[in-house]
Amino acid sequence: MLKILGAALSAALIAGVATTASAAGSMSGAGATFPAPVYNKWAEAYKAATGTALNYQPIGSGGGIKQIEASTVDFGASDKPLKVEDQQANGLVMFPTVIGGIVPVMNLPGFKPGALKLTGPQLADIYRGAIKKWDDPLLARTNPGVKLPNLPITVVHRSDGSGTTFLFTSFLSLQAEHWRTEVGANDSVQWPVGLGGKGNDGVAAFVKQTPGSIGYVEYAYAKQNAMTYALMQDKAGQFIAPTAQNFKNAAANAKWTNAPGFYLLLLDQPGKDAWPITGATFILMHAKQTDAAKGAEVLKFFDWAYKNGDGAADQLDYVPLPANVKDLIRKSWSKIVGPDGKPVYK
Amino acid sequence: MSETTLPAAAPAKRRSAPRGALIGQIFEGLCFGAATLLLAALGGIIVSLIVGGWPALSKFGVGFLFSATWNPVTDVYGAAGPIVGTLITAALALVLALPISGGVAFFLTELCPAPLRRPIGTAVELLAGIPSIVYGMWGLFVFAPLFARWIQLPLMSAAKPGSLLETLTTGIPNGSGILPASIILAIMILPFMAATLRELLLTVPAAVRESAYGLGATTAEVVLSVTLPYVRQGAIGAVMLGLGRALGETMAVTFIIGNSHAFPKSLFDSGSTIASTIANEFTEATSPVHTAALISLGLVLFLITFAVLGLARLLLRQQGAKL
Repeated sequence: MLKILGAALSAALIAGVATTASAAGSMSGAGATFPAPVYNKWAEAYKAATGTALNYQPIGSGGGIKQIEASTVDFGASDKPLKVEDQQANGLVMFPTVIGGIVPVMNLPGFKPGALKLTGPQLADIYRGAIKKWDDPLLARTNPGVKLPNLPITVVHRSDGSGTTFLFTSFLSLQAEHWRTEVGANDSVQWPVGLGGKGNDGVAAFVKQTPGSIGYVEYAYAKQNAMTYALMQDKAGQFIAPTAQNFKNAAANAKWTNAPGFYLLLLDQPGKDAWPITGATFILMHAKQTDAAKGAEVLKFFDWAYKNGDGAADQLDYVPLPANVKDLIRKSWSKIVGPDGKPVYK
Repeated sequence: MSETTLPAAAPAKRRSAPRGALIGQIFEGLCFGAATLLLAALGGIIVSLIVGGWPALSKFGVGFLFSATWNPVTDVYGAAGPIVGTLITAALALVLALPISGGVAFFLTELCPAPLRRPIGTAVELLAGIPSIVYGMWGLFVFAPLFARWIQLPLMSAAKPGSLLETLTTGIPNGSGILPASIILAIMILPFMAATLRELLLTVPAAVRESAYGLGATTAEVVLSVTLPYVRQGAIGAVMLGLGRALGETMAVTFIIGNSHAFPKSLFDSGSTIASTIANEFTEATSPVHTAALISLGLVLFLITFAVLGLARLLLRQQGAKL
């Protein structure tokens, strides 16, 4: 109850901030929590360089979509891409900013990171409770020569609604028909088995405390905590490690030109060494800006971030977009027009 | 000298009289305003919960309370899992916390050496001031591993196949689930109940206690047959205060309960409470029905808390009639 009141209050506050912030030399955004650290880092550097401030409120993707639809912020941010129909229905334009990868992590005594190989269908079978033990013959097939322990598998998932879960369940749906029909993909789902930890920390803590457990976390989290990850099979059939370069490969090989409105999940992309559970995080803006100068300011910020922000993103373990995708995005900005119908970004 | 100053002081006193009346009026107005504001806020919250939850309530009807399906993909929601989880954890927490808080309160008022009384009393009050997220993190990172190692694993290995103990202790031995969440809750509500009980026990007139001791009663006898009956009414209030907090506690529970929407099948099984479900899903709920279902959960929690308080009032009134 308090939570609801709190949410209502924060919405009201953001509305208040947004109206006062639209004065001059500042812009406001709200939404996804996952990219908040990198947006704030960019905002800091951008303010030092240009004097224009960004006020970004990490209230969650759901909140970000609601706020931009209500026009209380200059841009919304979401980890879950809006389908092109939904973008058009609300007069919105969407584009990606940075990439993140999802990494299956586990607690297998004696196993080093990358010692276990998994395929998408195996992961789906584990998460629906069909593979119950680590020495299951199905797992042995992709791990010849590895001594798999006779341990029950404990499935750990996120308890809070998150873009990470959306991407992960989308991947499972793509890989296994039964997952698509029985569970489906969303930012929270009805999990067939397992227990839920709150946030990446919660999942990681349960995995660390439970021998034989498997969970999924964002790449930055797995890397910073040196967790035992699994190699995943890419579309070409190779087993590859979750590295920044492999996420970038997934984004570089993706057919962005065939994805209207940048609605694209970077799951199981073709090409060499493309990490199969990759996804971008997105910005939402109104296609028709009531204040052309304001819209231009927001786009100038992201243009600056694409040019100068890769280092900061790398440092925080986000993966910057490949150059070809950045160019496509800049071209797509011609759809964002001012009251006079002319593009606001020149 | 004094004769000349006195008459000068008198008119000043008279002048201050109307000012006092004005202050009185303002004070009354402010108090009335505060009370009205509170009522209006209460009414506003109920109305907004009903309005906000209406899309879900009208779609699922009474079934919302009895279905254990919580599926954000198909947009079908039932609150039975979280409702049961809320009631079980709150009741278990109360059962665990009541004897300990009673013990703390009796120790502080009857047995504690005077120099220790203040430090222990302050420590109890300090416990109440710890933010719930700290309890949650402590529970997840410190308490859960210890609990799994020293309580959960021994219990699970002691259980004979097919016994009741085995049914109660099935689960994942990592220190999460219904019972660990209830224990954390018990620790959280303990200081509130202990502090309130202590205040209550201090209201027992010394003469009453002294005369019991004078008759040769032991400390246990004094506590059980004199002071406890004396404060019974207030004690129910203290218990309800603790229960109210246990029902609504959010962050600490979210960290450790395991967050599954199904019915918990054992003490170590994952469950969820109404508050933890709202905390988990509200920020990222994008579908209108999902948001409405979460707001309806808030309404249900509101009604449960209301019912608990109503029950407390009823018990108090019956007690009052008996005395």
